[in-house]
Amino acid sequence: MRWITARRRHPAAGYAVVLLMLVALGGGYAFLTGSGAAAAPVSGPSSATIAKGADLFARNCATCHGLDAQGTSVAPSLIGVGAAAVDFQVSTGRMPAKQNDAENARKPLAPDFAGEDGPANIRAVADYIQSLAGGPPIPTPAQVSTEGADVGRGQELFIENCAACHNFVGAGGALTYGKYAPALNQSTPAEIYEAMLTGPEAMPNFSDSTLTPQSKRDIIAYVTQKSSENNPGGFSLGRIGPVTEGLVAFLGILFAVILSAMWIVAKQHGKTTR
Amino acid sequence: MSIERGLEGVGTWLDDRFHGAKGLRTFFRKIFPDHWTFLLGEIALYSFVILLLTGTFLTFFFQPSMTSVTYHGSYVPLHGVRMSEAYASTLNISFDVRGGLLMRQIHHWAADLFMAAIFAHMLRIFFTGAYRKPREVNWLIGIVLLTLGLLEGLFGYSLPDDLLSGAGLRILEGVLQSIPVVGTYLAYFLFGGPFPGHDIVPRLYILHVLLIPGLILALVTAHLFIMFHQKHTQMPGPGRTDRNVVGAPMYPYFMAKTGAFFFFIFGVLALAATFAQINPVWLYGPYTPIAMSAGSQPDFYMGMLEGALRVMVPWEWNVAGHTFSFNVFLPALVPLGAIFTLAALWPFLEQWITGDRREHHVNDRPRNAPTRTALGIAVVTFYGILWAEGANDILADHFAVPLYLTTRIAQVTMFVGPVVAYFLTKRICLGLQRKDAHLLEHGVETGIIRQLPNGEYIEETRPVSEEKRAALVFRSKPPGLPSSGEEDENGVPAPEMRGALGKVRARLYNIVTESVELEPSHGNGHGDGHGNGHGADHAPAAVTSGEPTGTGSGTGEGDQHGP
Amino acid sequence: MTEINGPEGPEQPAGNTPDEAAVGPRRVVGTPPPAQARALLVRPEDEEKAPDRELPSEPDDLILAKKAEKLVASLFILAMLAGFGFIAAYIGLEVHSLDAVLRSNLALGLSMAVAFLALGAGAVIWVRHLMPEVELTEARKPLRSSPEDKAAFKETFTEGADASQFVKRPILRRTLIAATVPVAVAPIVLLRDMGPLPGTSLRHTAWRKGTRLVQAVTGVPVLATDFVTPGGILTVVPEGTLSDDEELAKSTVLLIKLRPEQLEKPTVMNWTVNGTVAYSKICTHLGCPAALYEQTTHHILCPCHQSTFDAARGAAVIFGPAARPLPQLPITTDSEGYLVAQSDFHEPVGPSFWERG
Repeated sequence: MRWITARRRHPAAGYAVVLLMLVALGGGYAFLTGSGAAAAPVSGPSSATIAKGADLFARNCATCHGLDAQGTSVAPSLIGVGAAAVDFQVSTGRMPAKQNDAENARKPLAPDFAGEDGPANIRAVADYIQSLAGGPPIPTPAQVSTEGADVGRGQELFIENCAACHNFVGAGGALTYGKYAPALNQSTPAEIYEAMLTGPEAMPNFSDSTLTPQSKRDIIAYVTQKSSENNPGGFSLGRIGPVTEGLVAFLGILFAVILSAMWIVAKQHGKTTR
Repeated sequence: MSIERGLEGVGTWLDDRFHGAKGLRTFFRKIFPDHWTFLLGEIALYSFVILLLTGTFLTFFFQPSMTSVTYHGSYVPLHGVRMSEAYASTLNISFDVRGGLLMRQIHHWAADLFMAAIFAHMLRIFFTGAYRKPREVNWLIGIVLLTLGLLEGLFGYSLPDDLLSGAGLRILEGVLQSIPVVGTYLAYFLFGGPFPGHDIVPRLYILHVLLIPGLILALVTAHLFIMFHQKHTQMPGPGRTDRNVVGAPMYPYFMAKTGAFFFFIFGVLALAATFAQINPVWLYGPYTPIAMSAGSQPDFYMGMLEGALRVMVPWEWNVAGHTFSFNVFLPALVPLGAIFTLAALWPFLEQWITGDRREHHVNDRPRNAPTRTALGIAVVTFYGILWAEGANDILADHFAVPLYLTTRIAQVTMFVGPVVAYFLTKRICLGLQRKDAHLLEHGVETGIIRQLPNGEYIEETRPVSEEKRAALVFRSKPPGLPSSGEEDENGVPAPEMRGALGKVRARLYNIVTESVELEPSHGNGHGDGHGNGHGADHAPAAVTSGEPTGTGSGTGEGDQHGP
Repeated sequence: MTEINGPEGPEQPAGNTPDEAAVGPRRVVGTPPPAQARALLVRPEDEEKAPDRELPSEPDDLILAKKAEKLVASLFILAMLAGFGFIAAYIGLEVHSLDAVLRSNLALGLSMAVAFLALGAGAVIWVRHLMPEVELTEARKPLRSSPEDKAAFKETFTEGADASQFVKRPILRRTLIAATVPVAVAPIVLLRDMGPLPGTSLRHTAWRKGTRLVQAVTGVPVLATDFVTPGGILTVVPEGTLSDDEELAKSTVLLIKLRPEQLEKPTVMNWTVNGTVAYSKICTHLGCPAALYEQTTHHILCPCHQSTFDAARGAAVIFGPAARPLPQLPITTDSEGYLVAQSDFHEPVGPSFWERG
């Protein structure tokens, strides 16, 4: 303690305190906000699960989507969206939505859908919605497996169809009126498949008849490859291109070089006089 | 001693052939003033040297060809993808040549640093008034170097033919195409036909590795030689005047310092190239005209142009079968063109306004030229707002601002911001001048508190140190202009102050030379200290026409015409 | 012949105006700056030598200098080791994979950085603590030449001009200038073959009556019955142009599926197929592919400069610098149900140009 108090008037003391507080705040925030985990449901629908799903739906979703999923002024109709859409939205935590934002972001799962029973519950709701009027079903593990996928072809397809919103490697991008295309580095293969298939929120949909399942697997292979790929040149700077590079050039490199220039020309017996 | 023997041997051999003793001695004894801001130009210089070195390495491996190939190199995720040879060779350099990625990254970081240093250096020159006589030509050379640097960078990062830079070329083609009358021809000639063609990369290559570096090298040499010949400026300080230069000699001091600085710059760039990935073209993918990525920006030094394009309103005229694309060529040409033109003309404009045609070798402190500083900050603000707009989609995404709102904000602040910045900066400068005057008059606070017999506490002050005093006191006061109100005995104003232009000049003179007087005002020394640096505001001298009854129709000696 | 003055010539001051006649010493040797100067160390035994030396031979603080010397030496040794490390890393570390390149880059870059920074730091400490600190003053020679020099130059120049006859014989002068004009213009003329004339190529694309719409990258033609989900998009190109970049840069089309009742004027209904509408993907602002599509608002957004087009209303511009809507491609189905073009676009695609009309 005396060491600190002895240095309380050190020129760098103020900076040190600010730095410490920033680190504490940032670290605390990061520690307290977790990230949701995606579920991989397995079993097929039965009337029991559909009933359970209807029940869960009434508890978690009906306030906004209507008791019969017919939609209200604040949420669209879910009739015909299919199990895949439900699985995507709920397993990423986007739904149930807490606020009426421009965009629903990935967030920690609601209590009913988190924990051990979570995946089964999500499956139940998905089955319930599927039972209403059909729609794209949840893809099977085989459908989303990237074994034997062509990453190169995935690159071409991703760049052509997806990069305009999600950026070259899926780092995300801005849309209009406060919406945005999210980053894809946390997305599981199932989520990516479901998103392409169902077109959540502002995202367009890509049916299996046009963007074939094999093409979709190639795209998934590309995205997962990019998410796991290292950056041989150093820190990635966000993988969003020259904007962060320019910031580093000014605030990092030029600044460091200027500091060295100040050192070089400083007077030897160096206290500046007033 | 070995020095003497060396000098005898090699020195004599060279001197016999080149007559070097006297010239070299003068060179060695040349004095260089010291201030860290004087090293900004050196940053640009050494970055350029590093660009040449690393660039030469890259030319040994790069293939400037747009022939289509299918990739099967070391970067597995792009196997089977169709790409140009240029792109494939860039992947080759990055993944199959030892040190290749490092050289590529040092090269690109050095290019960014080169441009950043030029901006910093240019601003330093501007704000300290180092562009004044006799350095106007060097200022102009500097502006040309800046332009060449912009082009060099643009062409350089377009060489790998990746998706990001290819999009930039597409925009370049669109801008060319929009130029009235000759646009389509220019575009087709540059690209060798319709976009993208097969010629653009090889052509940019030769511009980038031969033509423009040659021009830059020649101009930098001229730039340095002029600086050398005229001697560098110096910051105000004790013993420093417009007739001398104070500092340390070239040999061995300056040589050692500048050499050290070169190694620092190289070292910092190497550090950046190790820990900060730049231009990862393998992530962007090869260029294809059917696709585009979100968040596509050019390198930062082109950012202002990009922002100008984004901020523009959709204005186009279709007249008699021809299209005037104002929405394209106005933002492409006007903002940056205006800034460069103003910058180029500024030394001469300032000379005309202030009438100051003296040589200046001591720099101004920015606060002592409030209008110049304020104007500079206003231009920087204008530039900065358009620059930020160039990244508006990234800013919108990361700071959760609606996308269209960013553009609307930029559309307003690009006009309002500079005005506010001008006003604020000028006020700040004048305030700092007052503070300086106060300091000179009242001295520096020492932190020693003394209690007077009557109980009052005062803080002791001591006079400002000699060194600081010299810096504070130095002013380059402009010569007074003949006032437009002042007329000679025949009622004729001074030639340069006549007419509308003369009145404009007088008014501008008042604005540009507005400054706080250093002499303490009489009385309690707390006068508002705000004087105008000119003495032109007195009533015009009485005009006598000789006759007490001068009604304008006087005769004889009443009518005196000027010479 | 007039003697041209050398650099030791008569002193004329720089001066504020040409008439000022101040005289200053040419070189002030070793004079300390006024008041609180860092004085040059002049030890009593050096007093006799002082007038001969401009630069002192030792720094002020010799003890500090000794320490500095050790520090500088160790920095230089560090730099040397790092330099050898660089060479060793180059020889020893392979590339050819992402992980290997990461290792190699790290090793090479770090060793290079350490070598250079240590060298630089050592050099700076050397200058600052091992070299004696000096502050010298050098007078500025006036930039303006002396009147004698200027007169002499003028004499030489005018004599030469006279001798050359250039001024006295206007015919020579004028014909010389006339001769150089084509020489100056020729290099520009030589650039003519850099590219073909644009002609009408900017007005047409590869789309013709009956050209099938095929998916980009895969080349698979699009069955109208395959593309039925509202909110879907697809990038399509004319059949046969998959590897023709010049054609792709003009002909790429965004196929969008809306519900038929969503489409309004000025979308041309005859050019749509049951709510499927085709627009040029090439932005009319500067030619970037306008590839962003928001299903909920049916807006097409170009990521370059945020030009926004409304797909339900003929791709009309609703924001951004683009001045014209995206051209709509007339499409229909052929006998087998595949989507085909009815004709080329009815206007030039892409960025505006002078002759566009």
